[in-house]
Amino acid sequence: MTAFVALALVLVAVVGTLVVVIQDPLRQALTVSLFGILLGILFFAVQAPDVALSEIVVGAVALPLMILLALAKIRGGTR
Amino acid sequence: MTRRTRQRLFLAAAAVVAAVLAGGLAGLPSFGHATAQDGRILDAVSVPERHITDVVTAVNFDYRGVDTMGEEFIFFAAVAGVILLLGAQPDEAPGHVADAATGRWVPPTSDAVRVLGLALVGPTVLFALYVIAHGHLTPGGGFQGGVVLATAVLLVYLAGEYQHLHGLYPDRAIEGVEAFGAAGYVVIGLAGLALSGSFLANWAPLGTVGHLNSAGSVPLLNVVVGAEIAAGFVLLLSAFLHQTLILRRARAAPGAGR
Repeated sequence: MTAFVALALVLVAVVGTLVVVIQDPLRQALTVSLFGILLGILFFAVQAPDVALSEIVVGAVALPLMILLALAKIRGGTR
Repeated sequence: MTRRTRQRLFLAAAAVVAAVLAGGLAGLPSFGHATAQDGRILDAVSVPERHITDVVTAVNFDYRGVDTMGEEFIFFAAVAGVILLLGAQPDEAPGHVADAATGRWVPPTSDAVRVLGLALVGPTVLFALYVIAHGHLTPGGGFQGGVVLATAVLLVYLAGEYQHLHGLYPDRAIEGVEAFGAAGYVVIGLAGLALSGSFLANWAPLGTVGHLNSAGSVPLLNVVVGAEIAAGFVLLLSAFLHQTLILRRARAAPGAGR
């Protein structure tokens, strides 16, 4: 179990850094979705299933979707 | 301010933050050994006092129910603000998607997405209702279930074409559901004031531990929160979709306003 928590922590750190490093907002929106899922897994691993559920529905679904829609609107005229 | 001064200022501030952070982290209890008493007390009292087996829900909807009411109204205000911002501006009017992307072939939604989307709507609604109804028994509750319920509506949009579906979308009714959810929380709180002497007191019969019909007024609060969150998210996403896919600037010239 400790190994699983450690792996989840490392993955969250790596993907979190990726979200910051990636410059293109479109790729960022997809990476932040993956980050939300990984964070949810980490919360689940440290026995916080309530927060894990909230994190998955908001961080992995609702937030990236709103970013994608906002991007679609902003880029509507150029593409 | 020159670049060099800015960098020096940043490095000095970063050093202070790093020192405070390191000091704070050094004083933390080791991993998995929390010393706070609150958790232990709540673990011990939530089942005998409130007949709630999910301690997180016991905290959110009972011991600190007023906080959750505040959070609910933050969400309510945020949704209202976004809808105000994303509503049709004076120079915007419903238009066709093709306006913005002239000459580009728009691929139709694939059969796989449509079949899978429609097939998932039913299970998603059922799962959302399960998460809302079992908030006091297992992890989950009104908030999580509400967002899942809103994704069911999104699946409908995904399976069909938003341009065709938005005419069917009952925005008045959904606004009503959201208002019902927000008001319902306060009404249940006031019922506690009238029946048990304090706002948001757990006034309903507590029932048998572990049964669906238990935990007093907490499941009722979960239902109204679920209604408010689901309706709020649907309003939010519909406003985004409407703004993105339907509304077009009247004086639409490619690259205008940039």
